[in-house]
Amino acid sequence: MTDTLDAAAFPMQRICPFDPPPELGLRRADAPVSRVRIWDGSTPWLITRYDDQRAVLADPRFSADSRKPGFPYQGPALKARRDRNRAFISMDNPEHDKFRRMLTRDFMIKRIEALRPRIQSIVDGLIDDLLEQGPPADLVSTFALPVPSLVICELLGVPYADHDYFQQRSRLMISQLTTPEDAVRAADELKQYLVDLIKVKEKEPTDDLLGRLVVSQLQTGSLTVEAIADMAVLLLVAGHETTANMIGLGTLALLRNPEQLALVRAAGDNTDPALISNTVEELLRYLTIVHTGRRRVATEDVEVGGQLIRAGEGVIVANDAGNRDASIFDGDPDQLDVQRDARHHIAFGYGIHQCLGQPLARVELQVVYGTLYRRLPELALAIPFEDVRFKHDMIVYGVHELPLTW
Amino acid sequence: MKVLIDQDKCVGSGQCVLAAPEVFDQRDEDGIAILLTDSPTEDQLAGVRQAARICPALAIELVEA
Repeated sequence: MTDTLDAAAFPMQRICPFDPPPELGLRRADAPVSRVRIWDGSTPWLITRYDDQRAVLADPRFSADSRKPGFPYQGPALKARRDRNRAFISMDNPEHDKFRRMLTRDFMIKRIEALRPRIQSIVDGLIDDLLEQGPPADLVSTFALPVPSLVICELLGVPYADHDYFQQRSRLMISQLTTPEDAVRAADELKQYLVDLIKVKEKEPTDDLLGRLVVSQLQTGSLTVEAIADMAVLLLVAGHETTANMIGLGTLALLRNPEQLALVRAAGDNTDPALISNTVEELLRYLTIVHTGRRRVATEDVEVGGQLIRAGEGVIVANDAGNRDASIFDGDPDQLDVQRDARHHIAFGYGIHQCLGQPLARVELQVVYGTLYRRLPELALAIPFEDVRFKHDMIVYGVHELPLTW
Repeated sequence: MKVLIDQDKCVGSGQCVLAAPEVFDQRDEDGIAILLTDSPTEDQLAGVRQAARICPALAIELVEA
């Protein structure tokens, strides 16, 4: 098994659009720490079991610093842009915590919970528009992308009117098909856009996340405009692409599992918030849309799952495979079950780099899943399922568009 | 059971607050975890155990009495 699978090309191809590539499951059973070959010819270790994955992601001997030799980049475009723009996602401690702690206040549970009424009103407003306009409509462009974009714009203090500009550049930054030159240009343009915005806020500070960073970090001399812009790029891209894809792909997954959708619809809004919250966790686990693996490089020799990983060797933590680990999740983890206890999934990663924005993503998705299917109870796919285009070539998985009727 | 948190390790993910809101909260100034009580009641134990299990920074330690 190990011989035939050894150093197979990674990433592998999905067969079912909702399931990780089957080979990940085979490796999880028989070769849970085994080498794969990636785009640049290097052969990092692929980790497929949940327990090994959490051990790696919580271990400071595995570095997230993408500039270190041996770091397994997702592709040439990401390498080109990550080498230029550094944010705390690719820093180790103590540097990581210094930057992250400038932002944790804004993503606290109670502060995000206070945004729930505003998020509900954004969601209701967009559904009102859909009802007025009438079916069919593409859920991605009319709802899934606008919801998190509007929310992250308000939170950061970025004008939503500029959404075409930043969404287009975000898309180029997370596509595996973008050339390194185009990826760098998109990242540079987005950064320049945010530098300009931060300079405006420097003259007239605003009561939003970027405005507060201007006052607390820029005007005190702790951070440069450039450093704040690097963080802002990360927050803006991560803040809308991920949730947007959870809305689009999550809706499609529920439409393909009508008995599950019926449970969610019945629990809609505030009638059973516990089931809606559980649905969010289960869909995060089941879909694991950040699907190209968390990447690290060993800084010392470390044994993982009985396998020695040498200093300087790369590792790829396939958290989509870990989230289907039957030794960890009850029942059949390959099935969508909105009543399953999935709270310990690692869709947001694990360790110090676990998603900063997860409280926001949770509230957004709770509001969306709790409202959309209740208000549009006849929701159905407007095209044959076979014609849905999935984002196989994007770092964040999902559907390119989702034409629906209701 | 006694609950201990290591604020130097905490990354402010808020996972503990969601799991056991009667036991954990976050500091207003930076979102770092704080304890509302270090001695959870019987009916808070399941939430506290879950918090310790899902804390991404391994910042929660449970000391069984």
